[in-house]
Amino acid sequence: MPKTPPLVLRIDGVTKRFGALVANDAISLDLRAGEILALLGENGAGKSTLMNILFGHYVADEGTIAVARDGGAPEPLPPGRPGAALAAGIGMVHQHFALAESLTVLENVALGTRPVWSPSLRLGEARARLGRLMAESGLAVDPDRRVGHLTVGEKQRVEILKVLYRGARILVLDEPTAVLTPGEVEGLFAVLRRLVAGGLAIVFISHKLGEVTAIADRVAILRGGRKVADRPVAGASRAELATLMVGREIAPSRRAPRAPGPPLLVLDAVAVPGERGRAGLDGVSLTVHEGEIVGIAGVSGNGQGALAALLAGTGPRPGGRATLRGAAIGSGPGAVMRAGIGRIPEDRHHEGVVPSLSIAENLAIESLGEPSVSRLGFLRWGAIRARARAAITAYDVRCPGPDAPIRLLSGGNIQKVILARVLDRSPRLILANQPTRGLDVGATAAVHDRLLQARERGAGVVLISEDLDEILGLSDRVGVMVRGRLSAPEPVEGLTLERLGLLMGGSPEERAA
Amino acid sequence: MIRFEPRARASLALIVGARLAALATAFALAAIPLAAAGAPVGRSFWLMLQGAGGTLFALTETLTRATPLILTGLAAAVAFRARLFNIGAEGQLYAGAMAAVAVGSGAVSGGPLLLVPLVLLAAALAGAALMLVPTVLKVRLGVDEVVTTLLLNFVVLLVAQMMLEGPLKDPMGGGWPQSEPILDQAMLPPIVERMRLHGGFLLGLLACVVAHVLMTRSVLGLRIRAVGENATAAAYAGIPILPTMLAVGALSGGLAGLAGASEVAGLKGYLTADLSRGFGYAGIVVAMVAGLQPLAVVPAAILVAGVFVGADTMSRTVGVSNYIADLIVALALVCVLVSGLFVRFRVRIA
Repeated sequence: MPKTPPLVLRIDGVTKRFGALVANDAISLDLRAGEILALLGENGAGKSTLMNILFGHYVADEGTIAVARDGGAPEPLPPGRPGAALAAGIGMVHQHFALAESLTVLENVALGTRPVWSPSLRLGEARARLGRLMAESGLAVDPDRRVGHLTVGEKQRVEILKVLYRGARILVLDEPTAVLTPGEVEGLFAVLRRLVAGGLAIVFISHKLGEVTAIADRVAILRGGRKVADRPVAGASRAELATLMVGREIAPSRRAPRAPGPPLLVLDAVAVPGERGRAGLDGVSLTVHEGEIVGIAGVSGNGQGALAALLAGTGPRPGGRATLRGAAIGSGPGAVMRAGIGRIPEDRHHEGVVPSLSIAENLAIESLGEPSVSRLGFLRWGAIRARARAAITAYDVRCPGPDAPIRLLSGGNIQKVILARVLDRSPRLILANQPTRGLDVGATAAVHDRLLQARERGAGVVLISEDLDEILGLSDRVGVMVRGRLSAPEPVEGLTLERLGLLMGGSPEERAA
Repeated sequence: MIRFEPRARASLALIVGARLAALATAFALAAIPLAAAGAPVGRSFWLMLQGAGGTLFALTETLTRATPLILTGLAAAVAFRARLFNIGAEGQLYAGAMAAVAVGSGAVSGGPLLLVPLVLLAAALAGAALMLVPTVLKVRLGVDEVVTTLLLNFVVLLVAQMMLEGPLKDPMGGGWPQSEPILDQAMLPPIVERMRLHGGFLLGLLACVVAHVLMTRSVLGLRIRAVGENATAAAYAGIPILPTMLAVGALSGGLAGLAGASEVAGLKGYLTADLSRGFGYAGIVVAMVAGLQPLAVVPAAILVAGVFVGADTMSRTVGVSNYIADLIVALALVCVLVSGLFVRFRVRIA
């Protein structure tokens, strides 16, 4: 075995400008066979632009890209030709999958590998090859299932198989863990380690430091379009990487000790039927006090959705008793909001905002009937804009102005707008459902600080999250959901990751039953 | 290699410019069949322009033809903004016309100040009522409103024919299937002397202004836009989906119903089964050309009406079938839809 594995990809001095914005500024990067390179950077740091240039979707203003075939010398890749990138063995798995939902796994993998006019897809041949690939990589999916019936994790496996099937030697994964549960992430990492052992080179795009240190051999950090670091992961601390990525030190959010107030939200044997294979609520009892954050951990699909829907007012009327300050929680988003619950939805693009409406309109949308927003059925535009400007300043929303359509904003900035909308109403109870999923370090810290401030002023918070560091860092007490049941919340002091993992897998007594 | 890069935002000049360029392209493309038919292209277009607006008569005829298109175009524009695809303006127009005739041909007596608003109100209510069932079916059961509203058009037209042979038939009509005439005091007054242009045109202009204010300034307008763009987020934010959609449906159906009242009580004076020359469907084209913007519906409707009126003149003079008007309108729709692509994306040729 040679001492340094052969070079497979060389990006040399790539610069790309969009008007006045320099999205990529003379970035050079090498990739060797058998290594996992993490490409780390905040949203807007230039990761996507660089990958788009690599794939020929954009043409670089300066610089070259060269790919080495079969251990040979790197040959320049013609710019702006996606077909050439594919032919050179570069494959990418996007965050949003490109699969035909009504076709089977096998058909999806074979799709596009045969000329359009060929009479047969030669599925028999494809099946044999796919079987070999699955055995080698450890990526197991039933080839005859329809893709529409697969879980998100399984769809991702199909995407990776598609890339491997086309003979890729460089695999680019764009934020592959954003959609996965912690268990699925472990499975993915095991597969990736096997793939690089077989000589594949992987570019792992992420902004999650924990994952980068867990899986990558080397990390390249982009900030503001420039490469600011390129170093082995071994020996790098997370704090060090975070500082390089953000450009300043991030103080971890600190939870000050605080005696909880009187009970605020009381759930007593609440039951909601499950639907579409997802657990409902099965006799959930929970008390959240004023000035307290209760974390709800658990593998996705174990009833967190039903709990969130109950508190958001979007779910069916539950069995059992659910009260807020002694009064029954009504149903419907309007009733729930009037009762004093602020809701941060799980899917901020789908449930949180209306993309083509402006920032100001999205901020006003939860309080349309209120005198601060409208009078006699007409919108008070002056007040709405003034409020939007204040929120943009207070929450540090990076945007062109209050009238810009919100779809132009990054995920982190959209989340800040949603936070402003929720917190400006001074809710007594805040439902925070995956509040930092997909956000970069800076935006995550901003969200955490706001939730802790709300706790300071006496609000109760129900924090549903799959990020266990977040759960342990913010919560006063932590409960775990398994199959629609909630464990009795335990004080976070003395709670370990091991204990949480045990609870998430179902307690031993229950497993025996 | 041509590639499309999404634009962050488009300026008003770009939006308007792209639309004008699209219309110019549509006319340029229409020149090809004109030339193939042996007509002098330049002279044909000049004749069209003359026929659409060269004289006071031509201009008022164009505006008269534009009147129902403004109302049906607005009906489509308002509904489409909420993703309520009302293809039933044709039927709602006939429903409105029947209601106008039922109320305005002698059943109620009174002066113009009572009868004109009453006729308009009856027509709007009839059009709105017709839209309620498809709206409820869509929101509650997910039934495709394109299918239900489209099929209702044929139902309503058959009902109208039945009514014209029965209860609404004019006993003095010499056996023709036509309704009793609208009373003089229930008619919309003409607005240019000795011309056919009538108060329905002003009604259309007013409706566009009101709809614009409603969409941009009112709570209902914001609700409509929110539900149309992302119903899930709108519901999450506490916007009641069914009432909002019912309001949109009633508004859209009511506007199409007004188009019917405007035609019988402004132009024809009585109802026949050929009252509408496809105004309900042409309204969809008008709405698309207007980019679903209420204020842009007026110029879009006048443009489409001008093409039809001008093409009549041109075809008489140069001997080309006036189907060329349908062709131009269809080309205009396609070109405007394509031009939307250039507004949303920047085209780079590498």
